[in-house]
Amino acid sequence: MGAVALRKGVIPLRTSPPHPAAKMLGERADAAKVRFEASTGYRRTRAPEWLLTVLAPLVGLAVFAGLWALIAKQGGGRIPDPITVWHAAAKIFADPFYSKGPNDQGIGWNVLSSLKRVGIGFGLAALVGIPLGFIVGRFRFASGMAAPIIALLKPVSPLAWLPIGLLLFKAANPAAIYVIFVCSLWPMIVNTAVGVRQIPQDYLNVARVLNLSEWKVFTKILFPAVLPYMITGVRLSIGVAWLVIVAAEMLTGGVGIGFWVWDEWNNLKVEHIIIAIFTIGIVGLLLEQALVLLAKRFSYE
Amino acid sequence: MNRYVSIESVGKTFETKKGDFVALAGIDLQIAKGEFVSLIGHSGCGKSTLLNLVAGLIKPTGGTILLAGKHIGGPGTDRGVVFQNHSLLPWLTCFENVHLAVERVFESDRKQRTHAALELVGLSHAEHKYPHEISGGMKQRVGIARALAIEPKVLLLDEPFGALDALTRATLQDELMRIVATTGATVLLVTHDVDEAVLLSDRVVMMTNGPAATIGQVLAVDLPRPRARLALAHDPRFMELRASVLEFLYEKQAQKKLKVA
Ligand SMILES: Nc1ncnc2c1ncn2[C@@H]1O[C@H](COP(=O)(O)OP(=O)(O)OP(=O)(O)O)[C@@H](O)[C@H]1O
Ligand SMILES: [Mg+2]
Repeated sequence: MGAVALRKGVIPLRTSPPHPAAKMLGERADAAKVRFEASTGYRRTRAPEWLLTVLAPLVGLAVFAGLWALIAKQGGGRIPDPITVWHAAAKIFADPFYSKGPNDQGIGWNVLSSLKRVGIGFGLAALVGIPLGFIVGRFRFASGMAAPIIALLKPVSPLAWLPIGLLLFKAANPAAIYVIFVCSLWPMIVNTAVGVRQIPQDYLNVARVLNLSEWKVFTKILFPAVLPYMITGVRLSIGVAWLVIVAAEMLTGGVGIGFWVWDEWNNLKVEHIIIAIFTIGIVGLLLEQALVLLAKRFSYE
Repeated sequence: MNRYVSIESVGKTFETKKGDFVALAGIDLQIAKGEFVSLIGHSGCGKSTLLNLVAGLIKPTGGTILLAGKHIGGPGTDRGVVFQNHSLLPWLTCFENVHLAVERVFESDRKQRTHAALELVGLSHAEHKYPHEISGGMKQRVGIARALAIEPKVLLLDEPFGALDALTRATLQDELMRIVATTGATVLLVTHDVDEAVLLSDRVVMMTNGPAATIGQVLAVDLPRPRARLALAHDPRFMELRASVLEFLYEKQAQKKLKVA
């Protein structure tokens, strides 16, 4: 409201033209506003903030559910409608942690075992990738060495590594962890290296004039300066890892949300597959949000 | 003359992609203990380069620099540096920034020394704030406190007040004069500001334009201390000194620039 009113007041006084792009944008907005006001016949009032933050997402979800129900109806029962899925979900989440043998466990166990694989694979990737990132970022030669390898291997789908994992470990579980390790490794190395390279020379000069020990330089300057970049690396890695684990588990079997999807497909329980899709989405969202919070905690500006 | 800092026929040539660039040539300057010397010159003439040479952040390609008779081989805590852009570490509070310097130099009373340094610049109340929570002038003061806290033999300041508004700058200049008077520090100050140079210094060193910049003229400022900003504003001697620095900068050195252009 305020901004619009202000701009309106400014327009007649505009003697020297502002930046052309800004002017164009402003004019376009003004033109749109005039058109809007003309067509509706009353002055536009902005919807209150809560309406936008609460209502808009709800409307979006409702539209989504509506479309889904429509498609389900057209599909003639092959795809379950939202209500059916809702009831199935209520049943599944009523007892998420049951265990009837290795191939029949509650959805909670499946999600947890997927998360465990991601956690281990990812933790190993951090252990290897962060120090490597520091080395690559700090030494030109190491960076030259790493560049072609990373450039070549980064675009490879992590799943392409699965056969090698199976060959090396001769078991499904470590192979899945290994795939997560490989796909998390590149973002960790690259982002840490970028973080190290962008450390302002000023900070390093401070370290030099104060004659700080190597340990102090690392703990008080390098590490905190690189931390936000590392967290970005972690965020990207976890996102990719969560995408990849589902596919990897479909291929390897065992307990895990990806395997669960595959199992339910074999049982032709489509509503369970849809529940799994939502569960995967929500867990991914929560991981992302947790890391955004972490990143906020460690940003200094 | 008491040669506490002795810069002896120092030159600095940078290797660049377009070949060698001679930034400084034949610099000779002696600074006495407790003396306040300003370096003034046009932008890009090599003031920061000379200061960084004394700080030990870069090495001269010719000549030597001595501090208290000893050759300067690199950076050291016998020199306190205040950088042009404060260079505080954003993840440490003001207290921690200063403490980082103190703990490198002193074994005992580290906390007390940190408090004392911050008190000297009038920032006791902001000790536990982070750099982004305080104003530009306050950041620069923390930078000064950090440099002073290690009780250096020489204080090196690179345009410490350059980024500040005129009022804050005046306050900090007065503060610096007070601090230097109480600590008896030896100071080398890089500045663009003619008034600042004359007000604060015992000698103003005027540099010629680069490349191969050198010392063009040295002006002794014989104004008695303590100096009061307001009284000096009408002091004929102050005006005279100021005029001769301006003359150097805008006649002798500006002409060269025009001929080149
Ligand atoms: N690392 C470097 N490599 C190459 N040339 C450099 C380097 N550092 C400085 N120079 C050059 O040396 C000259 C002096 O630079 P310096 O930073 O000392 O100037 P200055 O007098 O401090 O300028 P200002 O007042 O703008 O800060 C400049 O021409 C600059 O381009
Ligand atoms: Mg400079």
